[in-house]
Amino acid sequence: MSDRGTIDVASLDAPLTERGNMPSAIGRVTGLVGAFFAWFGNLGIFSWKVLKAALTPPYEWRELIRQLDEVGSKSFPLVALAGASVGVIISLEARYSLSRFGAKSMFPVTLVYTVIQVMGPIITGLVVSGRVGAGIGAELASMKVSEQIDAIEASAVNPYRLLAATRILACILMLPLLVIASDACGLLAGWFAQTLVEPLSFHQFIASGFRGATFSAFLPPTFKTMVYGLIIGLIACFQGMNTRGGAEGVGRAATNSVVLGSLFLILADVVMVKFILVVFP
Amino acid sequence: MATTLDMAMNQGEADKGDGVPVVAVENLEKSFGSHNVLDGVSLSVNRGETLAVLGRSGTGKSVLLRVIIGLEKPDSGTVRIQGQDIAGLALDQMGAIRMKMGFLFQHAALYDSLTVGENVAFPLEHHRRDMSRRERGERVRQLLGEVGMEGDVAKMPSDISGGMQKRVGLARALALEPEILLLDEPTAGLDPISSGEIDELILKLQHEHQMASIVVTHDLHSAKTIANRLALLDRGKVVIAGTFQDLQQSEIGFVKEFLRQS
Repeated sequence: MSDRGTIDVASLDAPLTERGNMPSAIGRVTGLVGAFFAWFGNLGIFSWKVLKAALTPPYEWRELIRQLDEVGSKSFPLVALAGASVGVIISLEARYSLSRFGAKSMFPVTLVYTVIQVMGPIITGLVVSGRVGAGIGAELASMKVSEQIDAIEASAVNPYRLLAATRILACILMLPLLVIASDACGLLAGWFAQTLVEPLSFHQFIASGFRGATFSAFLPPTFKTMVYGLIIGLIACFQGMNTRGGAEGVGRAATNSVVLGSLFLILADVVMVKFILVVFP
Repeated sequence: MATTLDMAMNQGEADKGDGVPVVAVENLEKSFGSHNVLDGVSLSVNRGETLAVLGRSGTGKSVLLRVIIGLEKPDSGTVRIQGQDIAGLALDQMGAIRMKMGFLFQHAALYDSLTVGENVAFPLEHHRRDMSRRERGERVRQLLGEVGMEGDVAKMPSDISGGMQKRVGLARALALEPEILLLDEPTAGLDPISSGEIDELILKLQHEHQMASIVVTHDLHSAKTIANRLALLDRGKVVIAGTFQDLQQSEIGFVKEFLRQS
């Protein structure tokens, strides 16, 4: 700007730093958008390689069984505790809310439906994303930076089959089972929290809670968690096997596995809840 | 007029009497971004021969090995393993080729969640499913015995020294009785005594197994000990290839400087 407050046309040819930051800001935004799509593109390529490897023998059964144990049985204590905590919280909140509206009798069905249809799957998914996603991301990233994945490939073993496909399949298979465990602990803990205040037999609780329930009310929310498992396993393996940069890269892979896994899990849940409501009204 | 490289390649082939080199790299080019790592590299190795690839740090020696085993794709040029061009092969197509090769990584790259024995057994478990567990165990003990590590089967990689890890890595590389052995800086980071032991081990194994070997090293003494021929890389190109005497007699300034500094 000139001294008289008008725009100096000559300055329009000046370097960007003198003219202002708008073009560099646009450049940054377009760069981010490009990086965003590039990430999805690379994820797609990675997914294709894993799928091809998973469907081509020889199959890595021993590694799959090891991962089922790692993902499933070793996550159980944490998932059970999380589920129980959620059950208690819902029990306390539901009892208070329902009492205000004179609907205490609705407590069992409220607890059952809230735990099994909503809170159980999402809480289990987030807990597993944190534990398993970070673990897979860090493990594979550490193997990547120490050339162990290269060594696997140099040994004529497909790393996508041995490392990625087994872990992703283990996540897909174990999530529904972990959700069932979480739901069971949530219902048990919720019932127990209610019983401490107002005695209610477990039999009565189950009979009331599941009255009129059909399989279509509970099976879709449970088995949608197979999609959660796919998201958690796929993103963690992708982040881990594409790590660069030593220890910092390993940390970044672990963090990104959890953050991105959790984010996409929640976004996927939005879509799947709507889908279930439409397909199973 | 034949170049030094041509004479060296022909000498190698004449010595062994083989028609086709086991490993033949022609006009290999590889860049990472704007950095031209390999710029028209050509060399070959015959059965029973050891070629040492020397050069300063960052001249593409390790990248050359990674291209030969297929961990990197070249930008142009050919890599022939027993006459077959591997440059355009996909991951699953490389399997059969890689089973003919053993690779020792610079830092051994042992699987840190497996024991020493399990590391050596890894290629056998995946490619020799016809072997019983007992046979695999015997083969693992035999391989570890060849490298002097038979008493450390149950140890974890973190429990053994760098030199010992390299020995285990060497045993793992030999598990499938490869025809080609690729060694990336086998003595890097080791003390002189351990380096000498690794050199003697490589010589012994080479004598027993008669493999075609390519050893990447910056250690001239080690190269002189274990190699039949040496190739010196500078700025992505092979400056000279031949015996140590050929290098000593060379008038090329870089070669003289390299020998002087080593």
